[in-house]
Amino acid sequence: MKIIKLKATASSHWMFILPSLTGVGLFLMVPYLDVFRRAFISTSGERFVGMDNFRDVIGNAAFRLAFLNTFKFTVICIPLLLVISLAIALFIYERPNLNRWMKPGFLLPMAVPVCSVVLLWRLVFDRSGFLNGTLITFGFEPTDWMNSEAAFWVLVISYIWKNLGYNVILWIAGLSAIPKEMIEAARVDGAHELQVIKHVTLPNLLPSIFVVTILALLNSFKVFREAYLISGNYPHDSIYMIQHLFNNWFRDLSLGKMAAGAVMISMTLIALIIFLERLWNREGSR
Amino acid sequence: MRSKIIAFLLCILLFSVCYPVVFLVVGSFMGQDELVNNLSPVMYGDAENYAKWTFLPIYPTLRSYVEVLMDSPEFFISFWNSVKIALGVLVGLALVAIPCAWGFARYEFRGKRYFFTLYIVFMMLPFQVLMLSEYLVIHKLGMVDTLWAVILPGIFSTFPVFIMYNFFRGIPNEVIEAARMDGAGEWRIFLEIGIDLGLPGIAACMILQFLEYWNIVEQPLLFLDDTWNWTLPLYLPQVSLENAGASLASAFIALVPSVLLFFGGQEYLEKGIAATSVKN
Repeated sequence: MKIIKLKATASSHWMFILPSLTGVGLFLMVPYLDVFRRAFISTSGERFVGMDNFRDVIGNAAFRLAFLNTFKFTVICIPLLLVISLAIALFIYERPNLNRWMKPGFLLPMAVPVCSVVLLWRLVFDRSGFLNGTLITFGFEPTDWMNSEAAFWVLVISYIWKNLGYNVILWIAGLSAIPKEMIEAARVDGAHELQVIKHVTLPNLLPSIFVVTILALLNSFKVFREAYLISGNYPHDSIYMIQHLFNNWFRDLSLGKMAAGAVMISMTLIALIIFLERLWNREGSR
Repeated sequence: MRSKIIAFLLCILLFSVCYPVVFLVVGSFMGQDELVNNLSPVMYGDAENYAKWTFLPIYPTLRSYVEVLMDSPEFFISFWNSVKIALGVLVGLALVAIPCAWGFARYEFRGKRYFFTLYIVFMMLPFQVLMLSEYLVIHKLGMVDTLWAVILPGIFSTFPVFIMYNFFRGIPNEVIEAARMDGAGEWRIFLEIGIDLGLPGIAACMILQFLEYWNIVEQPLLFLDDTWNWTLPLYLPQVSLENAGASLASAFIALVPSVLLFFGGQEYLEKGIAATSVKN
């Protein structure tokens, strides 16, 4: 009797996980395996073409443009967001008065729907929009923001605007998990405020970096929404992202290229995730 | 002194971060004449002049709201489609993702690490990687051009599992062992202890997923052809800027549900977000 009961406990995790796993299998795993299969066959039929699709993708000028833009966007945005939000978090987390109303304030943009943001953008960044109007009064040259290199920076700012509060909260949580005594001890030893941050606070924040980076990366894919809704399928070259390219390939039914491109992108991401996860597990186990 | 200056600068930053919401509210109460007067350079592509703005409407009016609420059936259709999608995903999340996170967080079993890594990978894969094959699956299930095409895959999004996993990990083992000693079954432990102690996390997940699906663009764009099935983010940018009043009022109405939810659940949201970044 007892043994049977123990067995039931040992496998009961499945009854919690199985419903989700079934759906993940159907809507994520099966499509993903299908993408792998398609990466090696011709667009029209079942003919095996080896690495041809991959060669096509790498030789494709649009792919290189989109890949470089997305890469550039990621390596600029994520460090920028992490640093700005960390600076704000470091400043407000020991000041409960500021903390209380600044956190929700910085978080508010998260609740602004993308369609409302797009309307604002049109009014602010239009050639005759508010931003140029303001710049003119201060004697600067107006820029056609959405139809020039500046579009990239509009996207960067919009990403940081939307995600700043989310990251401030993540950092504050990480900061609160650091034992107060450690920081006090360093201060008593006469460490300068910046030294405390460098030698005590930052090393102790390392376990948070995994989650913060993963979420920042995840949210960085979503700027496509703003870019797409304001500029459509073919925006200015500087904000032509991987997502635009895939949408256009989908419409042209370039299935082979889509599959090969998807395999390459997912491999890059998986390598990155495993690297970050290793780091997380090592730091966390100390 | 230095910290006062930083605090002051932060206040300015905070004001500019929140100003867009104020802007939408103010704009939606302006009459069409006032809006044309302010925005005509943008509305009609006048290169010589620039749009201007006043902090408050000079002649506040509800005309734009009347127009959106009375004369734009398309707005209502897309609004309700968005509501249906968001609610559908949330119900599914409660039934599927939360038990799953509990299973991952509270049980040790072989292969768990691999399964969980798989979930993180699927959480990170951009929709575009899977869109072609996902379209084929949805086509096979006969769901193209129905809201189910967005709802059903949304239910199995792995992001809430990741968030709730961290939250459930934080529940002390002793609480659960004690319940087990008292003879509580695994489901009862989950329903009575897990749900109860995990409530802030669940609320946070719900808010985050609501915001995600309220704003969803990629899937509807691909799976929903018929404009009857369009969602707010697809419909609203179609409203021409020449009808600035209606644009602003509908942008504000779209904002209301998410902002209400945001302020209602803000405490949970903060707790839930915070719980993800601390390793348990």
